[in-house]
Amino acid sequence: MDEKDIAIKIVDLKKEYRLGVIGGGTLQGDIQSWWARKRGKDDPNTQIGKKVYKNNERFLALDGINLTINKGERIGIIGHNGAGKSTLLKILSRVTAPTEGKIYVDGRISSMLEVGTGFHGELTGRENIYLNGAILGMSRAEVSKKIEQIIDFSECRQFIDTPVKRYSSGMYVKLAFSVSAHLDADILVMDEVLAVGDVKFQMKCLEKMSEVSQSEGRTVLYVSHNMNTIRQLCDRCVVLDHGKLIFDGDVEKAIQMYSDIHKKDISSFHDLRNAKRFSSRQDNRLVTLESVEFLNKERNSFSIGEIATARIMLNSEYDIKDANLRFGFFDMYDRKVASSVCLHIGDIQKGTSELVVGVDFSGLVPSSYRGEIILFSYDEFGVLVEHDIVLEAYYFDLEGKQNVDWNQLKWGSVRLGDMIKKSLKLTEDE
Amino acid sequence: MEKKWTAVIEPKKNNFELKLDEVWEYRDLIGLFVKRDFATRYKQTILGPAWYIIQPLFVTIVQTIVFGNMAKLPTDGVPEFLFYMAGNIAWIYFSTCLSNTSNTFTGNAGIFGKIYFPRLTTPIANVISALLNFAIQFVMFLGFFVYFALSGADIHITWVAALTPLMILELAILGMGCGIIISSLTTKYRDLQVMVTFGIQLWMYFSPVIIASSSLSPAGYTALMLNPVSPVIELMRYGWLGSGTTPFLFWGISWIVSIVVLIIGIMIFNRVEKTFMDTV
Repeated sequence: MDEKDIAIKIVDLKKEYRLGVIGGGTLQGDIQSWWARKRGKDDPNTQIGKKVYKNNERFLALDGINLTINKGERIGIIGHNGAGKSTLLKILSRVTAPTEGKIYVDGRISSMLEVGTGFHGELTGRENIYLNGAILGMSRAEVSKKIEQIIDFSECRQFIDTPVKRYSSGMYVKLAFSVSAHLDADILVMDEVLAVGDVKFQMKCLEKMSEVSQSEGRTVLYVSHNMNTIRQLCDRCVVLDHGKLIFDGDVEKAIQMYSDIHKKDISSFHDLRNAKRFSSRQDNRLVTLESVEFLNKERNSFSIGEIATARIMLNSEYDIKDANLRFGFFDMYDRKVASSVCLHIGDIQKGTSELVVGVDFSGLVPSSYRGEIILFSYDEFGVLVEHDIVLEAYYFDLEGKQNVDWNQLKWGSVRLGDMIKKSLKLTEDE
Repeated sequence: MEKKWTAVIEPKKNNFELKLDEVWEYRDLIGLFVKRDFATRYKQTILGPAWYIIQPLFVTIVQTIVFGNMAKLPTDGVPEFLFYMAGNIAWIYFSTCLSNTSNTFTGNAGIFGKIYFPRLTTPIANVISALLNFAIQFVMFLGFFVYFALSGADIHITWVAALTPLMILELAILGMGCGIIISSLTTKYRDLQVMVTFGIQLWMYFSPVIIASSSLSPAGYTALMLNPVSPVIELMRYGWLGSGTTPFLFWGISWIVSIVVLIIGIMIFNRVEKTFMDTV
């Protein structure tokens, strides 16, 4: 490829973040810590019991990205949360600097990481167009030349001399997008800005974007989780995963790749003979849980309150007295969140047995989970004996609606019964 | 053939650069920021732009009562009210520049985190919009000047008054220089933000806003004038009221200090700007 046609050349780009708390936040704290280290003592500002991150414990948000983008290309960037998409865009739009590597840019970059940046509520629509345009790098004269077009596109002409704080959120976003879309930049960097406005306006934006890149030869970098807009807008697509570029090329293939990265098999039947087990049970087992199947299901997708029926086939080379079964559940952050047991299922005789149990998942919040299966009993001295432990036995999705926006990462994966309000009264007057 | 690139994005380097050409490219943005500040500051307040003069007026009245009438500090034979007001408007300009620019990074983290434009445009716009406050306050001062002159007070304008634009420019340079240094450091150390408010107050008492420099011993006078703001206030008063001294030597020193502070400030500012989003 001729060097002249290159719009952006990214060479071995890395961005590193330090883990843990950076600095005490106060000058006094930092001086204390520094003084303590000098004397070889413990840092007085470290919390007891908290993991101490040494200076060399770092996290690479971007790990050696190499990418060449030609002029006029419309590139989609996809990847799961934490893959490094936003970091890449931040570096491209110069909001933060890379740790290593270089990006060569030919042409003016304009980024729309968030539409309406710098809008001031007290200013009118027209004034905000000028302000926003200037922030995005347009001169006053350039904006003046385009202002009529911008107002028309935004569908807000009627309200253009009203302070934007009186706008509905839809109008606000339309106006903001219109300014960005009419930029004279050679390279447009966009982060899911199209996920705004009504469907009609979204379509209009998409058309505008492809028109801009096709007829005016501009380069577009577009990050989105919405595969449909990627399909519509982009002619090339890259997939990021854990800071690395794992695919570059055809859009459809990229989307396929993306959806395969973390997809788990939630089919209802799972052969457990080669499934991941607790290390001491990996080989040479005397008891083997051979398979698990959720009956009357195509896929392991349950609704809250549903009693799922699981059939477990197992093979034992000895008799087990008074066996018990435990299902453990891991959430998608790989935290063990709960267990359910079935006690005193009876004596299991040497040979192959079939065991059918009913499982109630209520308590878990709707999400994706992994199940483990443990067959255990107590010997004559009351000591726990675990006959087989299958760590990755099956995956399932739990579906249902919550009456509150439940943040699983922060609030947890188990919802206990709701609290009961006893009283609420004012005890101290202002 | 080596290709010519418009921009190269690379890791933070240790060499210092001023990058003023980039600021110039965005001059329209500075203008719009100033306009925005002016148009929106007193929206939805009852007194509106009157606030521009209320603040210095009341400070001056209080100072006249406390320091003039009660403590009976000397004011070089100039009406106390004018003496304090001349000092106050110069001081208020300086302190506004300093305190407004000192929260550039923390106050604008939201917008800075989304989009790139030369960060230096923000403090420059702050300094310019403070200039508008100053202009309004200065007109108020002239009004009182005419009133006192007509009622026979011993005041007269001297040629030094012609240097006023230079004085104001220096206050802007010094205020912004100190402000952006503080703002760069507050990305990591929030203590400084607290320090600014009362630091400015303390600083005022080491300037001739209240003290009449002629009442000091030679050593005390030198000490006072080493405060880079002092010569400006002193000259301002000499120019518009014809009282006090003309410390031109100290003013020269003060200019050098201001410019050095500003250059160091811009260097630190540009260095912090590149990665502050990761620490703020």
